Amino acid sequence: MSKVWRYGDHVDTDVIIPARYLNIAGFNELAEHAMEDIDASFAFNVSRGDFIVAGRNFGCGSSREHAPMVLKVKGVKCVIADSFARIFYRNAINIGLHVLEIGEDVEKIEAQDQLEVDAAKGEIRVLNKNLVITTRPLPEFVRKIADCGGLINYVKGEKTE
Amino acid sequence: MGMTMTEKILAKHSGRETVAAGDLLISQLDLILANDITGPPAIDEFERIGKPVFNKDRIALVPDHFSPCKDIKSAEMCKRLRDFAREHKITNYFEVGRMGIEHALLPDSGLVAPGEVIIGADSHTCTYGALNAMATGVGQSDVGAAMASGTTWFKVPAAIKVELKGKLPRYVRGKDIILTLIGMIGVDGARYQSLEFFGDGIGELEMSDRFTICNMAIEAGAKNGIFPVDAKTLEYLKGSVTRDFAAVEPDSDAAYTREVTIELDELVPVVAYPHLPENVHPVSEAGGIRIDQAVIGSCTNGRLEDLAQAAEVLKDNKVHPDVRCIIIPATQEIYMEAMKRGYIDIFIEAGVAVSTPTCGPCLGGYMGILAHGERAVSTTNRNFRGRMGHVDSEVYLASPYVAAASAVMGRIAGPEEVIK
Repeated sequence: MSKVWRYGDHVDTDVIIPARYLNIAGFNELAEHAMEDIDASFAFNVSRGDFIVAGRNFGCGSSREHAPMVLKVKGVKCVIADSFARIFYRNAINIGLHVLEIGEDVEKIEAQDQLEVDAAKGEIRVLNKNLVITTRPLPEFVRKIADCGGLINYVKGEKTE
Repeated sequence: MGMTMTEKILAKHSGRETVAAGDLLISQLDLILANDITGPPAIDEFERIGKPVFNKDRIALVPDHFSPCKDIKSAEMCKRLRDFAREHKITNYFEVGRMGIEHALLPDSGLVAPGEVIIGADSHTCTYGALNAMATGVGQSDVGAAMASGTTWFKVPAAIKVELKGKLPRYVRGKDIILTLIGMIGVDGARYQSLEFFGDGIGELEMSDRFTICNMAIEAGAKNGIFPVDAKTLEYLKGSVTRDFAAVEPDSDAAYTREVTIELDELVPVVAYPHLPENVHPVSEAGGIRIDQAVIGSCTNGRLEDLAQAAEVLKDNKVHPDVRCIIIPATQEIYMEAMKRGYIDIFIEAGVAVSTPTCGPCLGGYMGILAHGERAVSTTNRNFRGRMGHVDSEVYLASPYVAAASAVMGRIAGPEEVIK
C-alpha cells in the first residue's frame, strides 16, 4: 500500500535536501538525507510509489535540482501541492518527477488516504473517500518534456529528429 | 496591450513582435551560469546530449559555494568544474584568488548588460535584474541543455508593479526595502511573476541597493525582479560593458496583476525572524534578542557599499565578547578596495573574522556554521530551518547596518544605538 507523506506550507529546498550534504556527488547517497530537517523518518520509511502531499509554495528557495531528484530516487511517485515554487516545479518536470498543483483541494487529502494518480490526465482518486480531484493538465509543450522522461531526453530526441 | 520590461526582453529574444503573460516561448540566452554545486551535475547532463558548447564566451562557471574547497568531496566537484572549463576553453571560469560570489562577480566583470536574458543554476540569478536584464534561476538540467543549445523555454510571467516613492531615511537600505516588500506580499506573493520596479524613489538607490532588492525577488517567489536604467546604471556599466546593449522601458499600458507602493520615507530598519523571510519586524521591536554570530556578506549584501556601512558602525567599536562576527567581501576586487579604504583595518581592530570571498555560511556550507540553539543575525537571503547549520539554530535576516550594530551590542540592534 502506498503512503501519503503529508506536509504543510513553504516546504523549502533546504529541508528537502540540506545544503550541508550537497558536496555528495551521488544521488543515491544524497537521497538518504531527503527531507531530513523536516522529517527524519522520511528517508528510512518512504517506499516506492508513495506520495508527498503538501500546502502552498512547495520547494521554495534554492534552484538545486537535487531537491526533486532525491524525492525521485526515493521512489516518490508524485508530489501533490496547493502550489509549487516555480524553480522546483520546472526542475521536477525536467527530471521526470510528477508534480500536480491542485490548489485548496489539497486540504481534502489526509495522511492515511489511499491515492491513485494519473499525472498525465491531472487526475487524483482518493480511493477511501470515493473522491476524484482533477486539475489542469500540463501545457502540451511541457507535457512533451515530461513524457520524454525529462529535458535532456527531450533535447536528445530533438537532435535525432 | 503594451508590454512590461520583462515581456519586451523576452519578445526580442524569441523573435516575436509582442508577447503576453502565459505565452510559452523559446528564448535566446546571452549568458548561462553554474557554480561548484550545480555545475558538475549540469555538466553530466550536458555530456549526455553529446553536443559542443554553443558559445565558450557565454558560459560563466564560478566555484564559490564550497570554495576554497572545504573538504575532499567539494574539491572533487570544483575539479570537475575546472576540468570542464579547460576542456571546453570556457572564457569566464573564475579560479580561487580571482573568483568572487557569482552574483556580485558577474555584473562587476561586465558580463551583464541591460536587455539581456540570463539563466543560472542558482536561484539568486535574479540579482541581475538590477541592471535591467531578464535573469532567473533554473536547475542543472536546464543549464546542461542550454550550454549545448544557447536557448531555453520560458513561460512569460505576469507582473507585479512595485512603485518606490520618496526619500530613504538614514540607515535604511535596499535590504530593508526588499524585506519590507516580502513582509507585505509574502514568500509566495510574487510566485511565477516578475517584480517590476518603478518610481522616483529608484534614484535614491545605489546600485548595491538595487542588486540586493533584485537578489531577493526569489524570496517572494518571483521569477525575476527588474529595474529600469538610469544615470546610476549607466555610470556602473561604463568601462565594464563595452558591447552594445538595448535597455528596455515598460509601455505605459503594460498589464500588471497587482500594484504595490512603498513610501520610502516611512521605512525603518527591519529584521526577518526565523524561519521565513516574510516574518519581518522593525529592529526596534527586536532589541531583546541575543545573538551568537553576525555574518555580513553573500550575494545579497557583500558589496563595497555594504562593507562601508559595516565599517561605519564598527569604527572605534568592538564586537561584543559573546559574538563571532564574520565579514566576507563578495569579490577579490571588493576586498582590495575595502582594504584601501581602511575598512578591513576597522573590521580586524573590532575583532571581526574577515574571509576570502565564498558563499560559505549563507547556505550552511562552512566558515561560520551554527551549533544547536545558536542564533545569528545575517545579511544573507534565507532564514529557513537549518539554513546556516544545526536544524535547531536560528537566522535573523537584516541589513549590514543592523548586523554590524548587533555584533557590537550582542543583541539585535539598530545602527543609531552604536554610531555616535
